[in-house]
Amino acid sequence: MSDTHAQSTAFVRETMLPAKPAPVTQTGAVRWLRENLFSGPVNTALTLIGLFFVYTLVTHFYPWFRHSVWNANSMAECRAAITASFGDGATGACWAMIRERWHQFIFGFYPPELYWRPIAVFVLLFVALAPVLFTHLPRILLCFSVVYPLVAIWLLWGGSIWPVTMVAVGFVLGWLMLRLLSGVGSILAIVAAVVVPVLFWVFAVGPLDDALTSVLPLAIEPVASDRFGGFLLAITIGVGGIVMSLPLGVILALGRQSNMFLIKTFSVIFIEFIRGVPLITLLFVASLLLNYFLPPGTNFDIILRVMILVTLFAAAYIAEVIRGGLAALPRGQYEAADALGLDYWKAQRLIILPQALKISIPGIVSTFIGMFKDTTLVTFVGLFDPLKGIPDFIRADFNWKGIYWEPFIFVGTIFFILNFSMSRYSMYLERKLKRDHR
Amino acid sequence: MKKSVFLGTLAVAGLSAGIAAASTLDEVKARGELNCGVNTGLVGFAAPDANGNWSGFDVAICKAVAAAVLGDASKVKYVPTTGQTRFTALASGEIDMLSRNSTWTFSRDTDLKLDFVGVNYYDGQGFMVRKDLGVTSAKELDGASVCIQTGTTTELNLADFFKANNMSYQPITIDSNAEGEQQYLAGACDAYTTDASGLAATRAAFADPENHIILPEIISKEPLGPAVRHGDNQWGDIVRWTLNALIAAEEYGVTSANVDELAKGTENPEINRLLGVEGDLGAMTGLDKDWALRAIKAGGNYGEIFAATIGESTPIGLARGLNAQWTQGGLLYTPPFR
Repeated sequence: MSDTHAQSTAFVRETMLPAKPAPVTQTGAVRWLRENLFSGPVNTALTLIGLFFVYTLVTHFYPWFRHSVWNANSMAECRAAITASFGDGATGACWAMIRERWHQFIFGFYPPELYWRPIAVFVLLFVALAPVLFTHLPRILLCFSVVYPLVAIWLLWGGSIWPVTMVAVGFVLGWLMLRLLSGVGSILAIVAAVVVPVLFWVFAVGPLDDALTSVLPLAIEPVASDRFGGFLLAITIGVGGIVMSLPLGVILALGRQSNMFLIKTFSVIFIEFIRGVPLITLLFVASLLLNYFLPPGTNFDIILRVMILVTLFAAAYIAEVIRGGLAALPRGQYEAADALGLDYWKAQRLIILPQALKISIPGIVSTFIGMFKDTTLVTFVGLFDPLKGIPDFIRADFNWKGIYWEPFIFVGTIFFILNFSMSRYSMYLERKLKRDHR
Repeated sequence: MKKSVFLGTLAVAGLSAGIAAASTLDEVKARGELNCGVNTGLVGFAAPDANGNWSGFDVAICKAVAAAVLGDASKVKYVPTTGQTRFTALASGEIDMLSRNSTWTFSRDTDLKLDFVGVNYYDGQGFMVRKDLGVTSAKELDGASVCIQTGTTTELNLADFFKANNMSYQPITIDSNAEGEQQYLAGACDAYTTDASGLAATRAAFADPENHIILPEIISKEPLGPAVRHGDNQWGDIVRWTLNALIAAEEYGVTSANVDELAKGTENPEINRLLGVEGDLGAMTGLDKDWALRAIKAGGNYGEIFAATIGESTPIGLARGLNAQWTQGGLLYTPPFR
């Protein structure tokens, strides 16, 4: 070391070199490409094959989109416009059909002058859902959520306001029974809460309705169920089914876990039967078989029938999803609830279900998304669903005969938007409720 | 309506189970509306327009019956039925009559307990091929792939035809007419087969109709007509004779334009009986004297309905062919109004 000094050494660096940029192949996009797409001969080959497929698809379909026609009154005009602009043999999308008939995709045959009613129902749906979905909103808004279903039914189907009010009164009666008699005995309270409203609906509604209507005839123009179609129908059935199937599913899941023989047996039979039968079978039952059982002249609304069976169908699946959540809870949670001296319902409400439902969120939302898409199956019972029913009758108009892909793309896009929103919300909810057990 | 909905929901069906089954005519009159089963959408035969108003060749029969029975052609509730639901809907009482291009066959008339009241369109199954295939007869289709709708009589006819002519074919099954067109145009099948009326409409809607031909062979008989349930003969008579009245009106030259004039009385006793000027034919089926007058005014006589919905002046452009009056060489022949 003693030889080393300033005179004998030509150059000594006294400062640090500035960091050099990494080699081009190790930075940015190039590195990403190398690591993810071309990291070896197999991956390189797969990437090239994939690129080739994408290229083929795009070159195949892009001209069709580029040649879109938005202004025409018939398929023939669309074709003429495409030929005029892009030469013989060119094909293109004819969105003019959507432009002319979009309202039927959305509302079916709902009278156009009354479109504000389904729109109002749709907007109010979000107002009603907001406090349910987002817990930081004022709780008072929940009151509206409770009333909303009846408001929606009244706005959608119209008619006199009194029958809807009577239904509400029935529920209030049931609730009162539950409150007043719960001190006397819980079984008695539950029985009374069910029986009294039913008796009220069966015997008191008719005369009361007539009396009230004669005193104060509050009514809006009625709209029959056969005027419903398109997304109005899909969303009505879908939202109705979702709202009703969740509580029913919870009850069935608890019933299946119950120690009471009858309740357990009934729940198991119901769940297994419904899950074992295709939805289309149930829809045919709703539309055709029920008519054989009901007395002639019974006016049992087809949408309501379908909604009930869709609800039962979804509830059976939800029940199993929630049962999965219940099974995932450690036994200690149940024992802790018992140790605190909580009764069954309090234990479920305060300890078990909040945890079980949280675990079940992805499964529940998948079931809802599946159910919402399944609403298109109502086409088989002659209702105008947006995917097949509406396009089929539009094709029955000679002007639009021969149109095929455009309605599928349009309806598929809307379904995607709706379902993707549901999916994103469920992820938000999962993040929010994450209490880290892992 | 809402009340019945909710009562229904609450399963009080049993309460009204005691009501005896009334005759269909009484039910329709009490309801003030005719429940008519129609196709969910078939060009020219039944289709709702942008405002939801139904029109078409089959729909016109519903309107005529409603006019005859209720006095108002608009008092029809159209119940769209699919190929699977149509007969059950009729049997279960959801609809009063079915006017949905349904073929009158032995088993449907007997085993399914329907009554076909007549024929409003004589159809037959045909084939469409691309012109450049060089085929001019269905007999040359040996080995061809054929697009065929499942669950229809056409499927069975196709098998029969190829078997009878000792030829083979490859069926490409499709679910709906729209899908069939798409498959055929995409070249998935050499030939597309369905009822000739449907083929004509499909071809007319193509971008290049001149490149496709409909082969001359008609391989089946497809008499399409309205149907009612077994067991209520009075109602069956009403639908049958309403259809007959439309056909007879064309034969006697009664049109929607001159029917009011003729209803004041003519020299022709047959017209007089039809329009209720002489005799009282309506009362025999439980209707009033002017029933046929109203049915004809609803949409015109058979010929007018045909011309307005599927005839040669429409884009569908069907010729009368078999569906001409018997006096014109067709098959339409109504029994006398007497």
